[in-house]
Amino acid sequence: MTTGFETMSNEIETPQGWRVETRTRLSGIFAVVSLMAVVALAAAPFLVSRGVVQDLFFILTMLALAQNWNLLAGYAGLISVGQQLFVGCGAYALFGLVILAGFDPIFAIPFAGLFAMVVAAPTAFFAFRLYGPYFAIGTWVIAEVGRLLFAQWKTLGGGTGTSMPREATKDMLGLSLLQDWFGMRSSAAADALAYWLALALAALTIGFVYKLLRSKQGLGLAAVRDNETAARALGVEARRLKTAIYLLTAFLTGIVGALIYLQKARISPDAAFSLTDWTAYVVFIVVIGGIGTIEGPILGVIVFFLLQNAFSSYGSWYLLALGALAIVTMLFAPRGLWGLISDRTGWELFPVRRLLKGGPHSRDDKGGPHG
Amino acid sequence: MSFIDTLLQGVLLGGLYALFAAGLSLVFGIMRLVNLAHGDLIVLAAFLILLIVSTFGLDPFLAAVIAAPMMFGIGWLLQYHLLNRTLGKDILPPLLVTFGLSIVIQNGLLEGFTADSRRISAGALETASVNFGGISAGVMPLVTFASAVLVIVALNQLIYRTALGRAFRATSDDVVTASLMGIRPNAIFAIATGLAMMIVTVAALYLGTRANFDPTAGPARLIYAFEAVIIGGLGSLWGTLAGGIILGVAQTVGAAINPEWQILSGHIAFLLVLLFRPRGLFPRAVD
Repeated sequence: MTTGFETMSNEIETPQGWRVETRTRLSGIFAVVSLMAVVALAAAPFLVSRGVVQDLFFILTMLALAQNWNLLAGYAGLISVGQQLFVGCGAYALFGLVILAGFDPIFAIPFAGLFAMVVAAPTAFFAFRLYGPYFAIGTWVIAEVGRLLFAQWKTLGGGTGTSMPREATKDMLGLSLLQDWFGMRSSAAADALAYWLALALAALTIGFVYKLLRSKQGLGLAAVRDNETAARALGVEARRLKTAIYLLTAFLTGIVGALIYLQKARISPDAAFSLTDWTAYVVFIVVIGGIGTIEGPILGVIVFFLLQNAFSSYGSWYLLALGALAIVTMLFAPRGLWGLISDRTGWELFPVRRLLKGGPHSRDDKGGPHG
Repeated sequence: MSFIDTLLQGVLLGGLYALFAAGLSLVFGIMRLVNLAHGDLIVLAAFLILLIVSTFGLDPFLAAVIAAPMMFGIGWLLQYHLLNRTLGKDILPPLLVTFGLSIVIQNGLLEGFTADSRRISAGALETASVNFGGISAGVMPLVTFASAVLVIVALNQLIYRTALGRAFRATSDDVVTASLMGIRPNAIFAIATGLAMMIVTVAALYLGTRANFDPTAGPARLIYAFEAVIIGGLGSLWGTLAGGIILGVAQTVGAAINPEWQILSGHIAFLLVLLFRPRGLFPRAVD
């Protein structure tokens, strides 16, 4: 099998008229609803205040990070606590390309993702040598190495970090168009631009994960997760698949990191490689929402945002409670909030299970084959 | 001479790292559990010792003797009531629960003791040193190293010479068969974590008396402990001591070249071992 992700077959025709489907009626309705939600969210900069747009930006970037970590840990079994490495590398690549090479910030973002992916290749080489739980700490050590190395980069401020020059972001790609078309002020237009990129990124990440899980590769991934030995005996190239997932999530995480730091406009190694901000929060979002589901991180990020707004003024009490909530979830509802909901209702908004439909003795509610 | 001096400091620092690592190694060896909160538990023990020292005005060594059974109790309860529930084929629950625990302990300590840097005062011992033909070594580092050797000898005796050690090895090899022989794995695991927490108390004593610590110091201790275990090879306590020494030497040599490179050179030594000897220098366990 190849590791290309373009092959996708969610409906396989078999001679007797049986069909393998993953779609359900609910998921069809939900697809329409989510499309409408994306359109509504896209209109947000015109409808709501800048503060709300910035909050939404935060939610969407955390959602993209959470979906990436969920793909790694929940589906590929790679429990990394070193994803801050890729956030930091993406962010530093953005600052380096803009400040030192004079790139346009928007144009630099994909290169920041590529840089994170390039860093991920040797990281995978080292970390994949470590068994199961030690993989987690191994990724953490490598993230620390990244933080310490970037702290040595004196031209970007060393340990204290640096700021994005105002001139660089003032005339970045598309900004003048927004100002002309919608009469936005420069700062509002920059916020809106970053927000739209975050929205596109979150939507594309979810779309990508969903397509991947419904593809042949996704089936292979689920097989590896359930029983690696058996899956390999059937010809699933587990290691190659895991490496591909690791590199891809590094790419996407790097892009998110670049976007976050484009918005922050100020970078330092301790912030960009922060375990708490870019891995601990993300892990809690996924665990509380429901690991191993696409719906989980979406639900988790909403819960996380509400908790953050309500309790973040309590400082360390808040983090303590968040950690405790994650422990309780893992012990008593290991499939998270979404697991509780879907157990009660049977809902699957992003169905990835393959269902057998049609055939001669079908009791399908559509009334027979191809009905 | 200064190079030999640097080497000696590194070797002695390795003793401290071996103490950090011994508890982690023991817990992993017996129940395949990687405790991501290990470093934070070391810091917790250091604060416990500090609390006893400042409340009763005791000597830190005496305070550690009092703290050790308390830490055993904490470890026992933690394992019996929390971590045992997470053990199983899936490696995700124990990792995520201990990760959550790490955040809980860190922030709990922040609330209880503020973010200030603390230190446990060991009186005249702190500055005492002995001279070996031109090279001087601090008494505290020497005592730390001796304690590490002592802890490892004691652990090896316990594991290979006693009935409890036999039960440890049996449950490590095969939980189901061991329980058929009348061993209760959950109780054995709780005792093992309790023991690990007593070693943690010893590590905390030297952490607190030799350097400053604060509530967020835990993750770095976990990383050093982990590096010592992996460099030494899984399943061998003497290997862990060797791993600690290599890490300590790499750090002091790095710091001698440029103070900013201390931590980094330790990490690089770890990555080099991973590159050339992925199973560590003295591997013993199969996984």
